[in-house]
Amino acid sequence: MHDLAPMTPLGASAPRRDTIGPVTITEAPDWALTSVAARLGQEATSQAALEKVMGNPAPGIAGHTSGAIFSAFWIGPHIWMVEAPYATHPDLAAQIKATCADTASVTDQTGAWVRFDLTGDDLPRLMERLCNLDMGKMQAGTARRTVIEHLGCYVIRHADSITIYGPRSSAKSLHHALVTVAKSVF
Amino acid sequence: MIINHPLLGPCDAQEFVYKGDASLIDRPDGMADGTDAAFYDYAYLRDNPAGEHRELWYHEQGDRSWLVVTRNTVTHEITSVELARDVARSMGRSR
Repeated sequence: MHDLAPMTPLGASAPRRDTIGPVTITEAPDWALTSVAARLGQEATSQAALEKVMGNPAPGIAGHTSGAIFSAFWIGPHIWMVEAPYATHPDLAAQIKATCADTASVTDQTGAWVRFDLTGDDLPRLMERLCNLDMGKMQAGTARRTVIEHLGCYVIRHADSITIYGPRSSAKSLHHALVTVAKSVF
Repeated sequence: MIINHPLLGPCDAQEFVYKGDASLIDRPDGMADGTDAAFYDYAYLRDNPAGEHRELWYHEQGDRSWLVVTRNTVTHEITSVELARDVARSMGRSR
């Protein structure tokens, strides 16, 4: 039998955590992700199905909604990414597909992304060097896709933190960009 | 240049990729009579106006939507931005 040890996107056995000045950048590997794309003509029914699974409404344009277990963010017209803790929902995609059935195309995205959670003061000062988004104006509960270090990333603004999802295969490049910029700002 | 995305609001043009004349939406029927000439026109012949021009832009580094942008090629002034999906449907296309 194989005896494989799980590895974080940055290639270590434990998630990386960097504190630079007032900002802490934490690698967060413990999230299951699934994209849900409504099929043509099924926009309303798939949205209703998604609400049934999540217990809270699917987010509107550029929105992020969070509930007790599930949270989700908008990634395009009638396309959403659903998040849930990996420990309790390793089969997130199957669970959502079971409810959405033929109203939506559901794809497991868990292994495709690296997630970094940014906490601390002055996060807009860090983000303004990294991407086009205006963090000063971006309200909590907003999710946008943008470019960071030539990589297409999702940026989610929470009340007191920021979440960045980048391509897992470029996790070290994204981490390097975040740490380098943080060191230059603070 | 700033493109005022109909869903997301003003976005920097560097997030977009230019995809050509908006008449590309109007693809001819490949099974109709005289389709050779229609496809020759479709593939090779373009207007090149000094002034208002309707063109396709793709929000590659954003929500990946296709837009029809009406832009003045002389001044770069953008007068209208619509979702290409809405434009195609208003032309009677089903999808």
